Amino acid sequence: MESVFGLVGKDFAIVVADSSAVHSILVHKTNEDKIMLLDSHKLMGASGETGDRAQFTEYVQKNVALYQFRNGIPLTTAATANFTRGELATALRKNPYMVNIILAGYDKDVGPSLYFIDYIASLHKVDKAAFGYGSYFALSMMDRHYRRDMTVEEAIELVDKIISEIRSRLVVAPPNFLIKIVDKDGARQYAWRESIKDAPVAAA
Amino acid sequence: MARYDRAITVFSPDGHLFQVEYALEAVRKGNAAVGVRGSDTIVLAVEKKSTPKLQDSRSVRKIVNLDDHIALACAGLKADARVLINRARIECQSYKLTIEDPVTVEYITRYIAGLQQKYTQSGGVRPFGLSTLIIGFDPHTGTPALYQTDPSGTFSAWKANATGRNSNSIREFLEKNYTETSGQETVKLAIRALLEVVESGGKNIEVAVMTKEQGLRQLEEAEIDAVVADIEAEKAAAEAAKKAPATKET
Repeated sequence: MESVFGLVGKDFAIVVADSSAVHSILVHKTNEDKIMLLDSHKLMGASGETGDRAQFTEYVQKNVALYQFRNGIPLTTAATANFTRGELATALRKNPYMVNIILAGYDKDVGPSLYFIDYIASLHKVDKAAFGYGSYFALSMMDRHYRRDMTVEEAIELVDKIISEIRSRLVVAPPNFLIKIVDKDGARQYAWRESIKDAPVAAA
Repeated sequence: MARYDRAITVFSPDGHLFQVEYALEAVRKGNAAVGVRGSDTIVLAVEKKSTPKLQDSRSVRKIVNLDDHIALACAGLKADARVLINRARIECQSYKLTIEDPVTVEYITRYIAGLQQKYTQSGGVRPFGLSTLIIGFDPHTGTPALYQTDPSGTFSAWKANATGRNSNSIREFLEKNYTETSGQETVKLAIRALLEVVESGGKNIEVAVMTKEQGLRQLEEAEIDAVVADIEAEKAAAEAAKKAPATKET
């Protein structure tokens, strides 16, 4: 039911995630942030088991920070992706994390990059990726409309088309989406796409 | 098979832990380190013994950050320092992972001191041969703090302190000259204190300044030279002022 997707543009990468927190037939909230800022230039969008999602992404975030303090320089996006995959792989045959991850980052020498990491520890470096039932629509739309070196405006247009497809064609479509972007100036929230507004609550 | 149940740190008949006292001796041989707490700035200054010509001085950083808001300088065995610093850095992140809040300066100091104490009461190990000066801002109240730990595992908070070589002379100087300072004045006080025992010049001192907004900032050699020049000028002016009335009277 959760949708996460992402794509790489000219000198940025975008990660989009739905923001519904659902338990069986109950919607707990519709403004859940599922895209974690790992450091100044990395985004990790995650979908799957709620507890695993929070636990695992926070664990990766703290290890990324520790690396920076120990070594004086930040981890590259590729290294972070491989570290993440390694942790999932190690836990896989004992106590697997049920989390699917889209990792986006910007490195000065490499530019923007996107990694697809699924819950059974596959790792692929890609230009576009998607998870969840929404991926059927997201991947099809991206196959049709995605081009290398899109500008931010073009990419957001495509993102909106995808969100519109998910909303109209998925039977239990999430009402709200959160878009985050990472480029040379850092990782940050770009916009919400809301069709239902929750009353604002202070973060946990 | 080796048995690690023989304690190395045991009591002497008159109640001393000689291994700990010897560790303190090792600290006294280490480079001088000074910490000064201002109202909005905390400064660490460490003596840099002459670097060998072929050594890349950038790889020898004596003032390190443990987290975004905490920094540490130490005197004593540098190899032991690496181990302690690594454990402290892990603890800072681990705490943030479980508690969702950054550590307080007191917490991480207590952690490091606790670690140092553990190694005075375990089999087959020797104490860490270093004393640390830990600075930082409380993540909630923003109050600046300076703490010191030593090989015995004791720790306490200070307004200003020194450790390592000639720390007694530096502490005497600080006791005579400490006032509540802020900003650049705090930097000057720390460098003045260190210059009591260290040859003057940016090449021989490493200085780092921590502020709430910008975190830890290492000063460049040129900046340190500028402050040292300031201090020398002030000293010269004070000397001249002292001499001038004396000559008039004779």
